[in-house]
Amino acid sequence: MARRTISVDVLARVEGEGALRLVIQDGKLRDAELRIFEPPRFFEAFLRGRSCLEVPDITARICGICPVAYQMSSVHAMEDALGIAITPPIRALRRLLYCGEWIESHALHMYMLHAPDFLGYDGAVEMAKDHPDIVRDGLALKKAGNEILHLLGGREIHPINVRVGGFYRVPTRREFGTLRDALERGREASLGTVKLVAGFDFPDLERDYEFVAVGHPDEYPFNEGHVVSNQGLDIPSQQYDAHFEEYHVRHSNALHSRHLGHGAYLTGPLARYSLNSSRLSPLALEAAKQAGLGPTCNNPFRSIVIRAVEMVYAFDEALRIIDAYDEPDRPFVDAPMRAGVGCAATEAPRGMLYHRYRLDPQGSVLEARIVPPTSQNQPSIENDLREFAPRWLDLPDDRLTHLCEQAIRNHDPCISCATHFLKLETVRT
Amino acid sequence: MAPARVVIGIGNPACGDDGAGRLAARLLRGCVPPGVLVTEQDGEATALIECLRDAGSVWLIDAASSGAPVGSIRRVDCVRDDALPVKARASSHGFGVADAVSLARVLGVLPGLCTLYTIEGVAFNPGATMSAPVRRGVDAVVAIVAAELASA
Repeated sequence: MARRTISVDVLARVEGEGALRLVIQDGKLRDAELRIFEPPRFFEAFLRGRSCLEVPDITARICGICPVAYQMSSVHAMEDALGIAITPPIRALRRLLYCGEWIESHALHMYMLHAPDFLGYDGAVEMAKDHPDIVRDGLALKKAGNEILHLLGGREIHPINVRVGGFYRVPTRREFGTLRDALERGREASLGTVKLVAGFDFPDLERDYEFVAVGHPDEYPFNEGHVVSNQGLDIPSQQYDAHFEEYHVRHSNALHSRHLGHGAYLTGPLARYSLNSSRLSPLALEAAKQAGLGPTCNNPFRSIVIRAVEMVYAFDEALRIIDAYDEPDRPFVDAPMRAGVGCAATEAPRGMLYHRYRLDPQGSVLEARIVPPTSQNQPSIENDLREFAPRWLDLPDDRLTHLCEQAIRNHDPCISCATHFLKLETVRT
Repeated sequence: MAPARVVIGIGNPACGDDGAGRLAARLLRGCVPPGVLVTEQDGEATALIECLRDAGSVWLIDAASSGAPVGSIRRVDCVRDDALPVKARASSHGFGVADAVSLARVLGVLPGLCTLYTIEGVAFNPGATMSAPVRRGVDAVVAIVAAELASA
């Protein structure tokens, strides 16, 4: 029996430490495993006993590239537990903050991590030698997103201005002036990004996913909405635990997730776009159309195009919010402490992030549950490999390895987030 | 006008030895000549590139995970040397200090003087305390960088 092993000890251009193992026997793929060996983070246990007011700042440290997502899911869950409602201006500012995170995260992934795959380079540094302008464009776009985080979040990494009930401080209309100019330039540049990535060569590969995302009747989702799917799911986040469960697999430190009665599902840009594309702004919709996208997309290799369209939307939405900005009378609403349970699902750049907390009468955390998007996507990523890799098995190992890594990078996994409580090894026999 | 001389302490203070660079920066703040900017960063590569772009001479201080004895110090001339040490969980999306310096070099924005000091760490988990050899390494790097700044 011919047994062939392809191993990638440490997956490149993904956040955190993961590895990949393919087992090929007699020319057929027998198994594919995405191995997360990064040590579990124990954040959920660490939060027990802390005040609910501390949780946004603590959870922001779970991830350096999507801290706003953790803050947003945590504050919305806390507000659910405490029974308070934020004002419309605060709601708008939270959407603006999320715009900043989507811009900087998507720009980083598209330009520095994913574009090299399509242009035939091992990484951004090699790509920059031949295409310095492409890299400079990516850095400028990321910087524009960071400027939103700096102004509204207080700093770019682990923002410090988010609190239960709103913000510690809100900008004045005047402070938005300089930011506005940068965002207008960014919006123009982001349209160029769509054109650039739409011209890449994409494998003609599609999968029949169950897409799961936050869905909202009136807007492309960030902070608020139901948990919806393309297989009929439409539930408030408070019912998440009745429909989804996490489970352990031997080969990963990160828990896997399944939709009960359905199995693996996908969250992230493909899901979000396919479930909500009609709610994009006219500019973003036109960009999607020009890029050859229909109302849904099942080709994970085209996720880079969807990220580019979402970046256009984020710039567009940020400018809309700034132009309509109504400075709130107070930066936050009061949050009297009480016992309760609160849940929230918001859309991190790489997918739906679910938080659930149980509080005691003083507002201290008794239980915490955090389900990151990458954790949820692991089974679907492995299924992608099981679906796609058989078509590539005749390729030399280095080419097979690269395609498998690219297939994983389609989903922009954030492995450090996923290990809350990647080495490609291919065994050919 | 951008400062001519910048010291950047890099890392995550909440993750044990990964806080070495940031601690070194805080200790240096009290003993650098006037006009030297001492700043801290989390290691996010694109922000680091922005910092490098604007500076004349830069000292970077960070933890490393290369298998060397814990607490050992390594000095790298980033302008001359291509091989930069990396650490586990270097930064978000695996795009860390080494990549930032390499990219800055390729884009032509690396300062004329750019020196990286690394302190070999071993405990990088969230909530870990800094190991004693790394703490001693921090003091040693602080003394070295302070002396270089004083003589420059």
